[in-house]
Amino acid sequence: MTSFLERARSDIGTPPIAALQIGARRFSDHRAHAVEAFPPMDDMRDRARAIRLHTLANLDRYLAQFADALEGVGGHVFFAADAHEANEYVVQLAHARNVERIVKSKSMLTEELHLNDALEAEGMEVVETDLGELIVQLANDRPSHIIAPVLHKTRFEIGTLFEEKLGVPYTDDPIQLNTIARRHLRPLFLTADMGISGVNIAVAQTGSICIVTNEGNGRLTTTAPRIHVAMLGAERLVPSIGDMSVILEVLARSATGQKLSVYTNVLTGPRRPGEPDGPDELHVVIVDNGRSKVLAGPSSEILACIRCGACLNVCPVYRTVGGHAYGSTYPGPVGSVLTPALFDLDEWSDLPYASTLCGACLEVCPVRIDIPRLLLDQRNLSVQTRTGPMWMRRPLRAYAGAATHPGRFRALLRAGAVIGRLFRTGWIRRLPWRGAAWTRGRDLQAPVKSFHRRWKERNRGS
Amino acid sequence: MATVQLFVTCLVDAFAPQVGEAVVDLLERLGLTVEFPFGQTCCGQPAFNAGFRDEARRMAVHTLEVLDATEGMIVLPSGSCADMVIRHIPDLVADDPDLSEAAQRVAARTREFTSFLVDDLDVTDVEATGAGSCTLHHSCHGLRNLGVKSQPERLLDNVQGMDRVELADATECCGFGGLFALEMPDVSIAMLDRKLDNIEASGADTIVGGDISCLLHIAGGLHRRGSSIEVRHIAEILAKR
Repeated sequence: MTSFLERARSDIGTPPIAALQIGARRFSDHRAHAVEAFPPMDDMRDRARAIRLHTLANLDRYLAQFADALEGVGGHVFFAADAHEANEYVVQLAHARNVERIVKSKSMLTEELHLNDALEAEGMEVVETDLGELIVQLANDRPSHIIAPVLHKTRFEIGTLFEEKLGVPYTDDPIQLNTIARRHLRPLFLTADMGISGVNIAVAQTGSICIVTNEGNGRLTTTAPRIHVAMLGAERLVPSIGDMSVILEVLARSATGQKLSVYTNVLTGPRRPGEPDGPDELHVVIVDNGRSKVLAGPSSEILACIRCGACLNVCPVYRTVGGHAYGSTYPGPVGSVLTPALFDLDEWSDLPYASTLCGACLEVCPVRIDIPRLLLDQRNLSVQTRTGPMWMRRPLRAYAGAATHPGRFRALLRAGAVIGRLFRTGWIRRLPWRGAAWTRGRDLQAPVKSFHRRWKERNRGS
Repeated sequence: MATVQLFVTCLVDAFAPQVGEAVVDLLERLGLTVEFPFGQTCCGQPAFNAGFRDEARRMAVHTLEVLDATEGMIVLPSGSCADMVIRHIPDLVADDPDLSEAAQRVAARTREFTSFLVDDLDVTDVEATGAGSCTLHHSCHGLRNLGVKSQPERLLDNVQGMDRVELADATECCGFGGLFALEMPDVSIAMLDRKLDNIEASGADTIVGGDISCLLHIAGGLHRRGSSIEVRHIAEILAKR
């Protein structure tokens, strides 16, 4: 597999990254205005954090309560240990109900599971109905952002894509593009046998699932087809409806700067007798896929994440390389922690290093996840398992040896100054070995007579 | 008069000793006695940030031993090293009760240079004089972990004869990140380029910062570009009369 750096290298400076930079900045500006206009935000973040951490600490209990409550209102619950079990359940259900066409609203979890591939391999048609996801699907692309899958695309590219794939005249007018997508999707909603959605928040007390969208496609996906399958990450619970409202207060503000997303659907069970709409069957697939392992490990705090994407929008690394460089479903700072924790640290050991630890992510996180600390912990873990940048070990050991013996340290500084004198201009333009990574884009000031020596001379050896 | 301990940090020691001297000059001008614990080396931050905690811990313990043997406030001309001493070293040695106590004592006495001036000494005008215009880059760790933002701004605004102009995205990371600059060079350089574009666009003739690590990065980039913009640690500006 390629590394983060290799993937980043091929993306840096390209038009998609330029588009993404503008979009990410717009989101983070909107967030900043929304937070400023809402003085209780800080308290609300504390409350949201407390709710999420409390839920995680009692997750087994709340999952059981959720399952009981949902079954009590006629829903079906399936606990899937991994991607295979989750996909298999949906595939079997679709077969059993003679499902041919499936409409889907946006869900990062289904991306994580590669659910579409599993369904399509069985001959079913899967249609993404979120505008961004539809564009991703038509373009055979991958999402680059948690809440805005095509943040890396311009409306001009989308115009060309629609012209090619949907056979419509070219337009780059956003309103017309929306209309085209709507006309394309409406008949598909009405003829689909199954709707698949993600879940933003599940409520243990009532067995409800909450789905937040800005386009209304979620509402159609979950209510028009006769079967609704909701894919729920096992950690995405809160105890009560009141707790849910606290999460909603911080979610949209952090994501897009909205007070509330345009559509907030709270669904409790399938259609009851006498009700005009809603699915005949509701299945909630509760997916573990590594989450229990994360919960038991040192990065458990990352499971408090409510997937607002705010950390991506402010991350200078994400803004430079885009979402695809992270190589997995979850990009940005949250992905750099979540991906190695959920899956395999060996395979993803470079992700925790894809950060300068600047702390911008922690500054905006609605549940105050200390992402820099989690990245530091994972770096330490990757060093212990020797999957990290082990080339640093020798130099750092040698440096630590000098730095714990002041005499040796001062000798090192003297040696540095002697070498530094070789560079008449005071600047080093080319360094050997790993140092070449520095001088590829920057010069280095040559070391000079140290402060230690200057102090000694100034104070006559005190 | 009160005595303060100067911890210059390893990068100032090797690459920018004039910054240490500027700190000494300024603190003495304010009537303080400055001592320099001669056994000081490196706080261990580079190893800590890279995930090498054993190596980091050894350096941290040495730093604690040197600093805990002194008295008075400990002043560092670096937000990120101050953050290491204040927040991370106590975590690193938390398993050892004696070291842990020492770490708490040392952390409580440690201050980033500009926050020491403004928050502890209550000084915002150090009667410095300068010329031309400057713009301020906020270094991440000082800014977000220690809340150092208004302190350098106020100090700079009171420098006679020097104008401070705004820097676009002044709080965005320059892409240094310690060993990140070596581990992810292309990403680091792209981030630096954005920072340099903003610095050049500000029109200032001096870029000022509070952390020599970021400043080495920015200076290296400006020099590679052939820019004439000067790079100064804030202590150098404030020490000038």
